[in-house]
Amino acid sequence: MKKTLITIIAVVVVASMLVASLAGCSKVFKKGITEKVELSEIKIGLICLHDKNSTYDKNFIEAMEQAQVDLGLKDDQVVIATGIPEGDECYQKACELAEAGCNIIMADSFGHEDYMIKAAKEYPTVLFAHATGTKAAETNLDNFVNAFAAIYEGRYLAGVVAGMKLQELVAAGKPAKVGYVGAYTYAEVISGYTSWFLGVKSIVPEVTMEVTFTGSWYDETAENTAANTLIDRGAVLISQHADSMGAPNACEAKNVPNVSYNGSTAAACPNTFLISSRINWTPYYTYLVECRQNGVKPDKDYVGTIATGSVQLTGLGTAVAAGTSDKLTEVKAQLAAGTLKVFSVDIANMTVGGQPVTTAKLGSTELVSDGYYHESIYRSAPSFDLRIDGITLLDEKY
Amino acid sequence: MTKQKHAKEPLMHLTRRLNFSPKYAWAIRIGAFVLSILVCAIVTTILSPKANVGFFFRYLFTGTFGTTRLIWALFRDLAILLLLALAVTPCFKMRYWNIGGEGQALMGCLGAAVIVSQLYGKMATPLVLIIALVVAIGFGAVWAVIPALFKAKWNTNETLLTLMFNYIAGCLGAFFVKKADPNTTGSLSFLDSIGNAGNIGSNQFILIIIIATVITTLMAVYLKYSKHGYEITVVGESPNTARYVGIHNKKVIIRTLVLCGVLCGIVGFMMVCFKDHSFKAESATDTTVGGLGFTAVLISWLAHFNPLAMVLTSFLVVFITRGAKNVGDYARLGANYPSMMVGIFFFFIIATEFFINFKISFRQKGELPKEPDDLIKSSEETADKTRAQSADAAAATPASATEA
Repeated sequence: MKKTLITIIAVVVVASMLVASLAGCSKVFKKGITEKVELSEIKIGLICLHDKNSTYDKNFIEAMEQAQVDLGLKDDQVVIATGIPEGDECYQKACELAEAGCNIIMADSFGHEDYMIKAAKEYPTVLFAHATGTKAAETNLDNFVNAFAAIYEGRYLAGVVAGMKLQELVAAGKPAKVGYVGAYTYAEVISGYTSWFLGVKSIVPEVTMEVTFTGSWYDETAENTAANTLIDRGAVLISQHADSMGAPNACEAKNVPNVSYNGSTAAACPNTFLISSRINWTPYYTYLVECRQNGVKPDKDYVGTIATGSVQLTGLGTAVAAGTSDKLTEVKAQLAAGTLKVFSVDIANMTVGGQPVTTAKLGSTELVSDGYYHESIYRSAPSFDLRIDGITLLDEKY
Repeated sequence: MTKQKHAKEPLMHLTRRLNFSPKYAWAIRIGAFVLSILVCAIVTTILSPKANVGFFFRYLFTGTFGTTRLIWALFRDLAILLLLALAVTPCFKMRYWNIGGEGQALMGCLGAAVIVSQLYGKMATPLVLIIALVVAIGFGAVWAVIPALFKAKWNTNETLLTLMFNYIAGCLGAFFVKKADPNTTGSLSFLDSIGNAGNIGSNQFILIIIIATVITTLMAVYLKYSKHGYEITVVGESPNTARYVGIHNKKVIIRTLVLCGVLCGIVGFMMVCFKDHSFKAESATDTTVGGLGFTAVLISWLAHFNPLAMVLTSFLVVFITRGAKNVGDYARLGANYPSMMVGIFFFFIIATEFFINFKISFRQKGELPKEPDDLIKSSEETADKTRAQSADAAAATPASATEA
């Protein structure tokens, strides 16, 4: 038996080496970042934390499938790696994709960033893009870029829709109090709930909001419980920034209007769904491909907007108040024209501790000027983390 | 009712194979492996309209042997899995069912992570790594020895205790991550501090592979030729015999578990400092070790606790896992597809062990045997006899016959 065993092991090792010597050559892309590339040479790799079972990753994957159709890429020109944790696996996968001939590699999760940078340093001819990241400017590599979208504008518009509904509820004798289920106390979440709140406030100035956190991007039970807690504490309208159906379902069960995120929940919550905002990544993928085709370095900090089609709103639910659609069109036009700023530091819009906001820094850059907070201007990822008046955080453990 | 006079022979019955040639056994195993891969290919073509059998094999092999880098990565993954399997093997040989390799390795990871996160920058990096290794070994050993002490002192069930200890370790890890950095989503990165630890030149894979080779050889020698190895076997096969020949059972159990914990600690240290350069414990189950400790139990078991055979079994598992990941990426089958393929592989291999150890005999065609005693053919004589006797008794008593 021992002999057989040793023979088998020897055969395996020799066979591996044989295959290695035959196949062990990498296909790393040779043309530099500033050289023009044919569309037929393009190969995109997308690294996702989970797969389509998470609404967050689903949003990235479906946008990539759309981009593939729009650009007319073949199946083997688009590789979608799912279930890649925020660790060494991400670095390994990025390197493997580079060696498989990908010339654009994109990662979707915040924690992927350091590993993408490590890979970017090793493969200078491959363009590495990272969504939600913050380090492109400081690392200053030609082939590593960050991207996000001005989703706070989408949130604000969703807030306007919620405000219209709240106005109707207040007229019917309900309190002007809303609730929000957040994942973590990050700038991304804070920026999100604040812009949504400001949207509501633009319609109902006396509104107050309570926020609670779950400590997870996806925890259906915790999100459901959190929404119920907020409702029990008197919130008459709920929104959330977490990826499960927990909060929308809780709202539907108690007939409390809900604004969801990352896609419509109208099918599951027909009586309470108002609107949802999402980031559409297809324009960004297309932009990256065009940059490579033209031999142009992409923006280090790309911010998609309503104008680029990156910030999208779903259709309105049946539960919205009368006149919502017209109001939405009006405010959207103001945002697009730049006459309305979501994070205006006007005292009517926001105060912190009763005082007007006069300064906020990102590194050494001043973000408050010309009467508004410059969100996603100097860095694509959200940076707004001021605790403005009118919003109460029930807990801050995450 | 009179028809029930004779016990009916079952359609098939099992007998244990007593003499089978190892050659035959290995032929069956290899056959099963090939068959399992074929079934994986067929299942894949059913799951994805993009994939056909050719597509499956193309990406299975390019995902494992496609580039030099992939081959190195394959052997490094193999090394880690093999080391975890080696760690639990002495316990199994002793028939101490330690399924806590996962938690013991995670405690090793935790020990290393605590040291790196707290001491890096306060002293020379090599010194930090040495302390991390020592603490990782300590954490792993303690985690393995606690259930062993319970077993030695109160004869508690080690399977349950080691299993539960895995989850406690996971929770401790998650607690530490939240304490060390309340803002993370569940992992601590050491990329900026010890990002290059474990590299030999520019090769980040080879050190772990070398360590695994050395430890595998030592373990094979330890189990087969050392006095300790012999004691482990005797304690496993008959604790009473061990006692009569003067082996101190409790001492052997505790000593072996210390060894297991030490190995798990080393693996944990290497995972954090040489491989991942991070520590993850998002929840009790989503950790740096990521279930490899459980897979290792199967690896060890399937190799019949033979360290050299474990090289082969862990190679096969790593090959399928990595290959299936690549197939899944190109066929867009989602994150759980590789687990499915590994599941199919294990299903076949475990079934094979069954067919190697047992023989299925079908009922012979032709006349039914007149006497129930004619049924007795196999080594399971007594069992059949009892069955036949109870059948007789049933036929004899009308009341019970009606019940039947």
